[in-house]
Amino acid sequence: MRNPQLNRNGELTHLLTLEGLPREIVTQILDTAEPFVSIAERDVKKVPLLRGKAMFNLFFENSTRTRTTFEIAAKRLSADVINLNIGVSSTSKGETLLDTVDNLCAMNADLFVVRHSQSGAPHLIASHLNATGRTHVHVVNAGDGRHAHPTQGLLDLYTIRHYKKAFGELTVAIVGDILHSRVARSLIHGLTTMQVPRVRVIGPRTLLPTAVEALGVEVVNDMREGLRGCDVIVMLRLQSERMKGALLPSAGEYFKHYGLTAEKLALAKPDAIVMHPGPMNRGVEIDSPVADGSRSVILPQVTFGIAVRMAVLSIVSAS
Amino acid sequence: MKLEIRHGRLIDPARGIDRAGSLFVGDGVVAGFDERPRHFEPDRVIDATGCVVAPGLVDLAARLREPGLEYKATLESELAAAAAGGVTSLACPPDTDPPLDEPGLVQMLKHRARQIGVAHVYPVGALTVGLAGTTLTEMGELVAAGCVAFSQADVPLSDTLMLMRALQYAGTFGHRVWLRPQDPFLAQGGVAHDGEVATRLGLPGIPVAAETIALSQIFGVVRATGVGIHLCRLSSAAGVAMVRAAKAEGLPVTCDVDVHHLHLSDIDIGWFDAKANLMPPLRSTRDRDALRSGAADGTIDAICSDHAPVDDDGKQLPFGEAEPGASALELLLPLTLSWAKAMHVPLADALARVTTKPAAILGIETPSLATGMPADLCIFDSDAAWVVRPEALRSQGKNTPFLGLETLGRVRFTLAGGSVVHEEG
Repeated sequence: MRNPQLNRNGELTHLLTLEGLPREIVTQILDTAEPFVSIAERDVKKVPLLRGKAMFNLFFENSTRTRTTFEIAAKRLSADVINLNIGVSSTSKGETLLDTVDNLCAMNADLFVVRHSQSGAPHLIASHLNATGRTHVHVVNAGDGRHAHPTQGLLDLYTIRHYKKAFGELTVAIVGDILHSRVARSLIHGLTTMQVPRVRVIGPRTLLPTAVEALGVEVVNDMREGLRGCDVIVMLRLQSERMKGALLPSAGEYFKHYGLTAEKLALAKPDAIVMHPGPMNRGVEIDSPVADGSRSVILPQVTFGIAVRMAVLSIVSAS
Repeated sequence: MKLEIRHGRLIDPARGIDRAGSLFVGDGVVAGFDERPRHFEPDRVIDATGCVVAPGLVDLAARLREPGLEYKATLESELAAAAAGGVTSLACPPDTDPPLDEPGLVQMLKHRARQIGVAHVYPVGALTVGLAGTTLTEMGELVAAGCVAFSQADVPLSDTLMLMRALQYAGTFGHRVWLRPQDPFLAQGGVAHDGEVATRLGLPGIPVAAETIALSQIFGVVRATGVGIHLCRLSSAAGVAMVRAAKAEGLPVTCDVDVHHLHLSDIDIGWFDAKANLMPPLRSTRDRDALRSGAADGTIDAICSDHAPVDDDGKQLPFGEAEPGASALELLLPLTLSWAKAMHVPLADALARVTTKPAAILGIETPSLATGMPADLCIFDSDAAWVVRPEALRSQGKNTPFLGLETLGRVRFTLAGGSVVHEEG
C-alpha cells in the first residue's frame, strides 16, 4: 500500500509520518523554515501565503502547546484558523471521525491539523479524502496515539541542524518512555532519514517497544553508558499515570536511573545540547539546573516549532 | 429429484479416493459412486467436466450474527454465503447477543437454520453463563437443544480454577470443549502482533507469549484431568511447536487455524488497514510460515474460515478502534486450495482439512461420497479465477483483507441433502 501522504507526483500533500519520507522533502521543509524564523522577529509577523485558506485544528485529545503553535503558524501565514476541541463535542454525540471530517469539508476546509489518541487516525482521514477525490484538502498529523508526531520530529531536526550544522557525524540519545512516545518514533525516523550514524534509545525494558532495534537504533538500558560521547540528548516526558505501577515503581526511582542531572550530562560531549518536547516534569525526567542551564535548547525548540509548522503548512498547501 | 453429476473428478478424502467418474444422487443421498444405480433416470444432469466433486465443506467457525447482531448479518445472508462457498456444515461460536447460553436461543437458531435449509448449522454453546467465566452453563440442556461443543468464543477465561472445573464437568458427560489460547492479561489492550510492525505503527501489541502461556496452562489442565480439548485459531510458530510436542506426548488435543493466518502477516496491516484487524492478530511471516507447515504436516488438524461479518461502520475507524474480524466463508475453499498448491499438499489431503477433519472435531458423521451418505456436495473448478470484490461476496459483511485479490477456485454447485442450494449463474 502506498503511503497516502505523497501524491502521484511525489509531492507532500499530507504530513502523516516521517517514516519513508524522502530526505529531499525533509531538507526542503527545514530549508523552508529558515526564513520563517526571522519573520517572527519582524514588526509585522505575517506573510500572505495561506490567505483565504481555512485551517481546522481537529484535536481529539487535549493539547495546549501543539494546538497553539499550529494556530500561530497558520495565522502568520494569514490563514483563517478554527479550533475544534472534539473531545468534548461531536464524538460524545456519537458522530464518527469520518462524519466529522465530511461535515467540516462541507464548510470548505482546506487544511486539517489532527491530533487523536488512536495511532493511524490521520491516515484514515487522509485515505478517506484521497478516496473521495478531495485531493485539495490536506491533513497534518499533530500527534496520533503512539505512532507519530512528525512536526515535532521536524522541529527537533531543525534544532539539531541549527546547533550542530550537519547530521553526518552525530550521536543522538533519546531517553525515557520510548514505548508510548510518538515523539521518539518520529525523531528516530527523521534521524535515520538524515543519516545520523548513531541513534541510541535509553530506558528501562518496560518502556522500550519490542524489536525497537528494527527502527535502526541501539538500545542501552544504562543511562550513564548511553550518554557517553553524545552530541544531542533528547529527554522524553513521562506521563504521570505511568510513574507508578507495573511499568515503573515510582517517579523517584525513575529519576535516580533516568533523570538527567548535571552529573550525568557531564558524561556526554562538552558541547552536547539538551532537548525536551515539553511539557517538562522537573525532578522526574530532568533536573531543573539542566533544564535551565546553558546546554538546554528547550525554549528555542518551541520558537523553531512555529517556523517548521509554517513550512509544513505552506508546502502541503502548495501541492 | 434425481441428479447425475457427470465426468467430474471425484475426491473422497474419507476413503482416500481421487479419480474421474460420475456421481448419482437421489432421495437426498448418494445413490451411486461412479456406478449408475439400476433404473436410475436423472431429472437433471450436471456436467462436471473440469470440476472436482467433493463432500461439502465443514467450517469450524462461522459467525452468523444471530441472535442480536442482525445489523451485521443474518442467517439468510450468511447461509447464502456458505452455500456460495461450498460449505454445507458449519459451527457457529456463541459470541452472539445474548450469547448462546440458553437452550431456547439454540433451539431458535437451529429452527431458523432448518427453515432456510442450505447448510447444517451446529451451534457451539457458551461454556459459562454470559461468557462471563464464573458459572458453568447447563451443558446437558444445551446439548439436547443442539449444541455440539462449548467454548468461550474470543472471551478469555482468566480463572484457572474455572478452567479446570469446566474441563472436569464437561469431561464427565463427554461434552467437547474448545478454547482459543490467549492469556487475557498479556493480551489486554492489544490490537496487533507485538513485533516490528506494531512498534513502527505505534499499535499496542499482543505478544506471542500470550498464546504460549495460555497453551501451557491448558496443557497442564488437560494433563491433570485427562479431558481432551480443541484449540481454536493458533497464530504463532511457538504455538505450533507446543501443539506438536503435546501431540507427541499423547495429549488428547486437536487444533485449527483460520485462512487469514495461513496467508497473511502483520505486514499486511500496511498503513493501518482496519480490514487486517483480526483476532488473534496477524503475526510475523515466520509465524505464518510455521502455521502453513503445521497445517501441511497434520499438527494443525483443520482449516476454518473464522468468518466474522463486520459492517463498514465497524471498520471505518482508526485501526485500534475498529472491530476485529473479516468475512471468509466464500474464501475458505480458494484459500485452502492456494495454500495446498504452494505447500505441495495433495488435493485430497487439503480437502480433508476442510471436510473430514473438522467433522471429527465436531463429532458429526464423516462426510463422504460413499453410496448412502447424505448428498452434501461441493462441485468446484479449482482453476477458475475470480477477484474478491465486495459485490462478488454474498455475505452481508464485505470486509476482508483479501479484497482485490485474484484467487483460484470457484464453486460451481453446492448440494445440501441432495438439493442444489447454490449454482453459479
